[in-house]
Amino acid sequence: MENMNAIEDKKQAASTTVQYIVVAIGNEQYGINIKYIDNIVRKQHITRVPKTQSYYKGVINLRGEIIPVMSVRLKLGLEDDVFTDKTRYIIVKVEGATIGIIVDQVREVVTLDEEDTEKTTKTSNGDAAANYISAIGKHNGELISLLDIVSLVVENN
Amino acid sequence: MDVSQYLEIFIDESNEHLQSLSDQLMVLEKEPDNSDTINEIFRAAHSLKGMAGTMGYKRMQNLTHDMENVFSEVRSGNIKVNSEMCDVLFQCLDALENYVSNIQANQDEGTEDNEPIIKALNSFINGQAAPSPDKQEAVKETSSTTDVPEKTSVAENDISLADFEKNAVNEALKKGLNVYKLDVTIDENCILKAARAFLVFKNLEGHCDVIKTDPSTQDIEDEKFEFEFKMVVISEESVKAITDIIKNVSEIKDAVGVAITTPFAEEAESKAEVKDDDKGQEKKPEEKKAVPAAQQSKKAPATGGTKAVSHTVRVDIDKLDVLMNLVSELIIAKNGLVSASVTADGETSTNNQNFTEQIEYLERVTTNLHESVMKVRMMPLEGAISKFPRMIRDLNKKLNKKMELYITGEETELDRTVLDEIGDPIMHLLRNSADHGLESAEVRAERGKPEVGSIFLNAFQEGNNVVIEVGDDGNGIDVEKVKAKAVEKGAITQEQADAMSEKEAVDLLFRPSFSTAEKITDVSGRGVGLDVVKSKIEALGGDVEVKTTYGEGSTFSIRLPLTLAIIQALMVKLGDEKYAISLGTIETIEDVPISEIKYVHAKEVIHLRGSVIPLVRLREVLDVPGEPEQSETEVVVIVRKGDRLAGLVVDSLIGQMEIVIKSLGKYININRMISGATILGDGSVALIIDANTLV
Repeated sequence: MENMNAIEDKKQAASTTVQYIVVAIGNEQYGINIKYIDNIVRKQHITRVPKTQSYYKGVINLRGEIIPVMSVRLKLGLEDDVFTDKTRYIIVKVEGATIGIIVDQVREVVTLDEEDTEKTTKTSNGDAAANYISAIGKHNGELISLLDIVSLVVENN
Repeated sequence: MDVSQYLEIFIDESNEHLQSLSDQLMVLEKEPDNSDTINEIFRAAHSLKGMAGTMGYKRMQNLTHDMENVFSEVRSGNIKVNSEMCDVLFQCLDALENYVSNIQANQDEGTEDNEPIIKALNSFINGQAAPSPDKQEAVKETSSTTDVPEKTSVAENDISLADFEKNAVNEALKKGLNVYKLDVTIDENCILKAARAFLVFKNLEGHCDVIKTDPSTQDIEDEKFEFEFKMVVISEESVKAITDIIKNVSEIKDAVGVAITTPFAEEAESKAEVKDDDKGQEKKPEEKKAVPAAQQSKKAPATGGTKAVSHTVRVDIDKLDVLMNLVSELIIAKNGLVSASVTADGETSTNNQNFTEQIEYLERVTTNLHESVMKVRMMPLEGAISKFPRMIRDLNKKLNKKMELYITGEETELDRTVLDEIGDPIMHLLRNSADHGLESAEVRAERGKPEVGSIFLNAFQEGNNVVIEVGDDGNGIDVEKVKAKAVEKGAITQEQADAMSEKEAVDLLFRPSFSTAEKITDVSGRGVGLDVVKSKIEALGGDVEVKTTYGEGSTFSIRLPLTLAIIQALMVKLGDEKYAISLGTIETIEDVPISEIKYVHAKEVIHLRGSVIPLVRLREVLDVPGEPEQSETEVVVIVRKGDRLAGLVVDSLIGQMEIVIKSLGKYININRMISGATILGDGSVALIIDANTLV
């Protein structure tokens, strides 16, 4: 029975490909499902918001809208961001909210078959990062951690 | 006839009539003999019946029809109004409201026939006036035109004219012009009678001079007439030419003209004039008296409301929102220009003056534009509170307590979006007052208070805020009981309770699910407590406070910002960061020498014109990085909340600015101190400090 389901799953998966934007955060590559992405902007001055979650760096003005900017590094429990010329804010729209995510660099857009990805189990260890990775994708021999944007934005830790 | 296009008008007007009915019934209950009120109710019922009939809502039509019958009997003095009747009429009103809300929801009145109410209504007619069945039938038949004979009786012996009008007629006759009396009848299916009448007048322009109409032009414009109206005109043309012009207007059933040939005697009394005056002027003062200072929410709206000569357009609120957003954008762009001009000035000091002048002009225009749009969005509070007198009346019976609601300042205007949200919190506070606040009759007697408890609802504007007070002369808040309850619920420890000031203890009431009602009643005490009121008010950018004296009563003050979207703010600097403080909360700005800062309970205070004001160092509460520069004086912004003051210490002032308030989004946690953010002229973002939370 289990096998049957697996085959069934595979059949469906074969027809679905998903595009991801590959970004660099620290030494790793992360993929962000393109359907959540509204925009990618260069770094700009962030206005600090006092007494908010530590991983929110503050807010920016994006064409007249105020957008909170989140540090994925801090959310994933990595070191604080180092801002360079390559730093970008990925503007994502999730559950009706628009949020900016700081990444070190935007690399490329890749198309992944479901076959190329491997689901991860969430509760495996206490690693903060693992909770926000929905799967690992393989592309040209490299591994890409696919970010679970919804829980990254919605979950409050 | 396809009536769907009129549905919205129907709903609006029905609601107006229902509100008027409700108000008038309240009056009637107190003064069962007030004939003006009876007439008003009759007319409202009649208009409702007509409208429902036109729209094809049979059940609603039936109910209003029977209601009208009862009042037709009351009017003619055959039955007297009693409290039993009022109760039935209120039920009737509720049933009508149900119909209208059904119609609003799904364009269908529903299937409730409300037989018991109709029966009860008919029993008043049968039981007390005991007319024979065919008389009742007769009443039914004539009722739809009951208003007409009243008016024709005036016109039967000709339309009556005031002296100057008679003179005009006499003059015209002398000059050999024709004077006609015209009777115009409008088709009974016509929905926009006033519009038709207007067309009649418009088409007659140039053909004749209208010197008199009955009812008055004002009443005709307001649709205060049945299906016919009369006028006296002076013309060179033949009577046929004139009536043909009138008949050319669609939905005009008939127009009959009679020539007036004999000049009037100089000093004839004008019956119609007097009559009109009676109706128009005497009614209002009397009603004001009748409505006990409380429920004058709508004065005489029986047939279309007392909207004086206002020319109004109904606009969808969404369109106004779009307009408001555009104005916001414009102001941001203007701010950008201003800051661009300033930097440009810095570089080229000889920059042409014209540019600066134009910028200033633009600034004035945008400010005015903003004010106008704001005004358009402002609505009087009465829209949100007009249902409360009725609610209190019902609570009277339900709680078996005697109480009276006094309303002042219902004309205070608020932003439409605030108005939509404010009704529920006020209702909650009123119920709270009625249920928990007012004591039972025995306790009141013991305390030597009048038997009838008073609940008051006052609204007024204070600076850039609107204050709404809800209070009662009841029990007040028993602070000790509140503390005991909080300890019992584990919200605070006994030590905390002992150390609490009265004010802090009262604030406990606003904690989630805190109800001191000893018994849970239908009215309040369902666990959804004052915390909901508080959070709702805070979501609107306001705050709520309580003042209470045990044994004497309590007052809840809701303070709301006048505008939501755009405010005047003082920009201040803290380190490298810029913050905005709403001008509405700012009292003064002071330069305070460091030597004048004193310590009370290890907290910094200053003495200012006789009051001791605690200092709040914004740098500290906002975790601003870096150290402040040392200087001899501190810049202190004095802010006020109610009657308390606080001094906010800032690094420096930037200036006053018109800012557009924007939200920060839902996933970022924002401290209560920050009420939003705004975009400055240079495109950067500044946070807005809610000074109320720091006082």
